[in-house]
Amino acid sequence: MRDLHVSFRTEEGVIQAVDGVSFSLQRGEVLAVVGESGSGKSVTVGTLMGLTRSPNAKFEGEAWLRTAQDGDGREGLELINASDQQLRRVRGEEIAMIFQDPMTSLNPVQRVGDQIIEQIQAHRDLGDAEARTRAIEMLDRVGIPRAAERARSYPHEFSGGMRQRAMIAMAFSCEPDVLIADEPTTALDVTIQAQILRQIIEMREESNAGVILVTHDLGVVAEVADRIAVMYGGQIVEHGTIDELFYDPQHPYTWGLLGSIARVDRDRPDRLPAISGLPPSLANPPEGCRFRPRCPHAFDACRQLPDLEHRGGRSSDHVDRCFLSDEQKRTVREVDGHVGLMGAGATS
Amino acid sequence: MARFIFRRLVSMVLVLFAVTIITFLIFNVIPNGKPEVRMAGKIPTETNIAAIREEWGFDQNVFVQYWTMMKKVFTGDLQSYFTQLDVGDEIVRGLPATLSLAIGAAVLWLMVSIAFGLYSAMRAGKVADRVLTIFALVGISMPVFWIGALMNHYLGFELELFPNGGYVGITENPIQWLYHLILPWTALSILFIGFYSRVLRSNVLDTINEDYVRTARAKGLSERRVMVRHVLRNSMIPIVTLWGLDFGFVLGGGAILTESVFTLEGVGQYAAESISQLDQPPVVAVTLFSAFFIVFVNALVDIAYAALDPRIRLEG
Repeated sequence: MRDLHVSFRTEEGVIQAVDGVSFSLQRGEVLAVVGESGSGKSVTVGTLMGLTRSPNAKFEGEAWLRTAQDGDGREGLELINASDQQLRRVRGEEIAMIFQDPMTSLNPVQRVGDQIIEQIQAHRDLGDAEARTRAIEMLDRVGIPRAAERARSYPHEFSGGMRQRAMIAMAFSCEPDVLIADEPTTALDVTIQAQILRQIIEMREESNAGVILVTHDLGVVAEVADRIAVMYGGQIVEHGTIDELFYDPQHPYTWGLLGSIARVDRDRPDRLPAISGLPPSLANPPEGCRFRPRCPHAFDACRQLPDLEHRGGRSSDHVDRCFLSDEQKRTVREVDGHVGLMGAGATS
Repeated sequence: MARFIFRRLVSMVLVLFAVTIITFLIFNVIPNGKPEVRMAGKIPTETNIAAIREEWGFDQNVFVQYWTMMKKVFTGDLQSYFTQLDVGDEIVRGLPATLSLAIGAAVLWLMVSIAFGLYSAMRAGKVADRVLTIFALVGISMPVFWIGALMNHYLGFELELFPNGGYVGITENPIQWLYHLILPWTALSILFIGFYSRVLRSNVLDTINEDYVRTARAKGLSERRVMVRHVLRNSMIPIVTLWGLDFGFVLGGGAILTESVFTLEGVGQYAAESISQLDQPPVVAVTLFSAFFIVFVNALVDIAYAALDPRIRLEG
């Protein structure tokens, strides 16, 4: 994805939901997109499938599914300007999506198995019996007991975790190259969250799909992601491997996110630290750095918008949008105790 | 399910019982409700009235009178006070016209409403939607006796495109049957089409934003399949309830105005004539007949409802 801009015309003015987002995803890789509500992460991934298309939406930039260099014989397709017909073939077949709320994401009046069969038959030339066999096999693979029987159940007869498993079965039923999981565990019980996440990763390992995992929960990310893109105000503010972001975070917003995770290896604070203030209005974003109004370390330079480039950290692929010098960052992090996970590891 | 049907039957009987009592008692309360006075002719004499009263049993107490009438309703001996015709025969005679009108119109208005409502929702805010909205409001605002009379006059009488009222049996001549019913079907359906298409339009617009519709799109289904299988099916559930109520009403002779305007001589028109003569036996019988259809079709709708929406279970 290169320099994606998405804006919506609304009664309150033009909302710049996504403002220059770029990233890439390899086969078999898990990219986590992390940010608060309203940071543009869901719009970014929804746009890949054309789910955000509407008369009052405007798109710029490009997103390629496969590039010419892939050399697996299949042509690349640019998704932002693709026709509805081209997108329809991509949806479910090459890019599949799992949504946040499994309670409302399945059609309440259609049997679970039929909903999976419907997707298989939209893309594969299979008869009813073959498609059913495939659907049952998928339900079985995601750990639904007595899959043949349960395929005839309606969604309301499933628990939340089972519905999300059914969504996973559906998403992988056509062996997609890319899986987008938009907050797949947010609406679930804490006890189920880890199981569902593990299920997604397990299915990914079998199919070697690339996964984009959208979440606001860094704890979810830690276990499974290869790389993390932190989004704020419609932009990526920091992007690096999971080790880089957890052990050597460069952007004050990332520090804030890491600081608000409960830690079992430290003394328990009375209250978990929170980032003060509210996310910026996307209709009227702050000038310069988007995080400036909430950033305790803002200074004059922050009135200019910092580019997303390599500024600190070891690898040159670790990029961020913060003007603070490497030295300033180190000082601030030590004073504030925002030392990343490395500090904890070093002292304990 | 058995429990559901049993409970439904019991409540059905209770409702029908209440309906007959109320309709019967109304005649003891309204002015000029006493039949013996009008049955005695233009210049009633005291002796005349007393004789009629005794002959027809109007001198007995209300409970006995009610009991006698209900017995006659179920043995089929009920007679009109004014025409002395058998009420059961009259209802049976009007039934083909009423059923033809009701079934044809109900199918017509349901189909057209689905088409209009769905199209309107898919074009929401655009010119086509606004035009249909205006048509719907006009349709809702036009009383059937007025639009029916206009159709009858201009299309039937002046242009002679359609017959000027009347009913021809389907077994007699199917083409004439259809020909005679086109205007009544249309007149009766207009109001319902206006109303239903508005309800369906707003249901569809609500459903379109549901998460499972987004899922259906994300699965790569065609837009047509998304609309029919996922949006329309879920939007239809409330419409089915409405349709059941209205269909039951029209089936039981509720389309009194339409039947009268187009002189279909169905159960509704019979009811209208009987009411204008304050003729107690046919009014009670027709009311009971109508109420039966409403209650019965409603029970069927509840069963259809459970088939449409698996989250609903039929329990007592």
